[in-house]
Amino acid sequence: MRAQLCDALVARAARPDMVFLTGDLGFMALEPLRDRLGERFINCGIAEQNMVGVAAGLAREGLDVWVYTIAPFCYARAFEQIRNDICLHSLPVCLLGNGGGYGYGVMGPTHHALEDYGVLLTLPGMTAYVPAFDEDVVSVVERAGAATGPAYIRLGRGEPPAGVTLPPYAPWRRLARGDGPVVVTVGPLAGPAMAALDKLHGVKPELWVVSELPLAPPQDFAARVAASGRLCVIEEHVEHGGLAQMLAVWALNAGIMLRGFRHQHARGYPSGLYGSQAFHRRESMLDADSIRQAVLALAA
Amino acid sequence: MHWRSGVGHLGGNLSALDAMMLLHHELIGPDDRFILSKGHAAGAYYVTLWSLGTLTDADLDTFHQDGTRLAGHPPASGLPSVLFSTGSLGHGLPLAAGLALAARLQGHSRRVFCLTSDGEWQEGSTFEALIFAAHNNLSNLTVLVDHNGLQGFGTTKDVASMHPLGPRLAGFDVELRGCDGHDLGSLRGALAPRSNRPVVVIMRTIKGHGVPGLEGRMDSHYLPLTETTYQAALARIGSPA
Repeated sequence: MRAQLCDALVARAARPDMVFLTGDLGFMALEPLRDRLGERFINCGIAEQNMVGVAAGLAREGLDVWVYTIAPFCYARAFEQIRNDICLHSLPVCLLGNGGGYGYGVMGPTHHALEDYGVLLTLPGMTAYVPAFDEDVVSVVERAGAATGPAYIRLGRGEPPAGVTLPPYAPWRRLARGDGPVVVTVGPLAGPAMAALDKLHGVKPELWVVSELPLAPPQDFAARVAASGRLCVIEEHVEHGGLAQMLAVWALNAGIMLRGFRHQHARGYPSGLYGSQAFHRRESMLDADSIRQAVLALAA
Repeated sequence: MHWRSGVGHLGGNLSALDAMMLLHHELIGPDDRFILSKGHAAGAYYVTLWSLGTLTDADLDTFHQDGTRLAGHPPASGLPSVLFSTGSLGHGLPLAAGLALAARLQGHSRRVFCLTSDGEWQEGSTFEALIFAAHNNLSNLTVLVDHNGLQGFGTTKDVASMHPLGPRLAGFDVELRGCDGHDLGSLRGALAPRSNRPVVVIMRTIKGHGVPGLEGRMDSHYLPLTETTYQAALARIGSPA
């Protein structure tokens, strides 16, 4: 999604108040943005705590501030700066975290972002954006940039099945209609889920993708969950603080009784071995086969 | 107010009070910015704002009380002149660097002053910000260091020595200045002039300055006044109890 991000931000750079900070990342990707912004493109070096504090100072003076680095170097390393300097003051800083979930693959666990939106959504006023497809990035940049409070954008890699027409961006999107269990994914896992659940024998699940949190499920979704009573949540995020826990509380508060509930989530490093994003998804039962089996088991 | 509320942190308030008063009464204009990075000196900040007429006697009476705007560290809301809630050390200088950079990008000549403690230079983020300020030559930024030599649980030399602090900071391509942090003339001479580089002012200060029984004592960092030290402080300034 970096190419789409760069294009969207280059377009936004027509605003004279836009400032882009990077933690020394963006090589072979963000050069057009650097060239377009000039002195408003600032490489803060490998110093993320300072970068986020600087961002808060810039935003306090009314500038349009974007902060870019590998996701955990932002939300984990500079968490206190995000909490104290940005969120306590409701400043509209947009944090761009590259490599959502296991996106950095075999680069290893220090580069993975498995607890990002769960952690950040504990902070006041924070909105997390998780674009599902590359085409979503333009809309996400627009929406996060128009927000009056802090925003975190988890970037990944869109993986839509070939030949599929994707619905335009929305915080919640129905990707497939069905009378079976309701399946909800977060961000780019929507693509693999679409492929896995297409033409399941004897079961027709309904598939949704969520791209904005905190939770604000639409009426259609609530009605389908209430009718089905079976809910499967698939996310490349650890169990704690993830979408499944949010939806479980939401269902209880809404008086929706669930007869079946499954949660496919990031499980860390169960074998102690490392590999590609696909390898880690398999280990966490987030691959197509595991998704299919989880939904079939829920439908049974 | 510290006596009435029975709270500590008085030592680091008194070492910084003279600089804060001079800054706010003489040097900081309406467009300039001030960040109190050593947020535990909030009491001295509130007194300074009171001296400017921004806070009232009644406001100060609420210090540290339930329902107050005047928390033990500067609040995130309720005081328009407080730009950022501080208190966790190591945050102020990055924020000030952001304000200084914003001024440059906006073509504004405003100055940004940031008051740090000396122990705070044990925080890595403070050095990240110093590197950033020097690299970007934020010449509108003036960093004050309240060098009282004492921190929460020992002297700065004994805990994690940066001694001698001044020469070490001078290596960062900033303009280093020194002054007596309790002499207004000396403070004025160090803080007033602009520079073509970021300025770091090492203020030689005394923790608990002006209060017999607290001056130069490490325990003035946390402990509240006793009846004896309170009466001694009043006697020093010639005020009735």
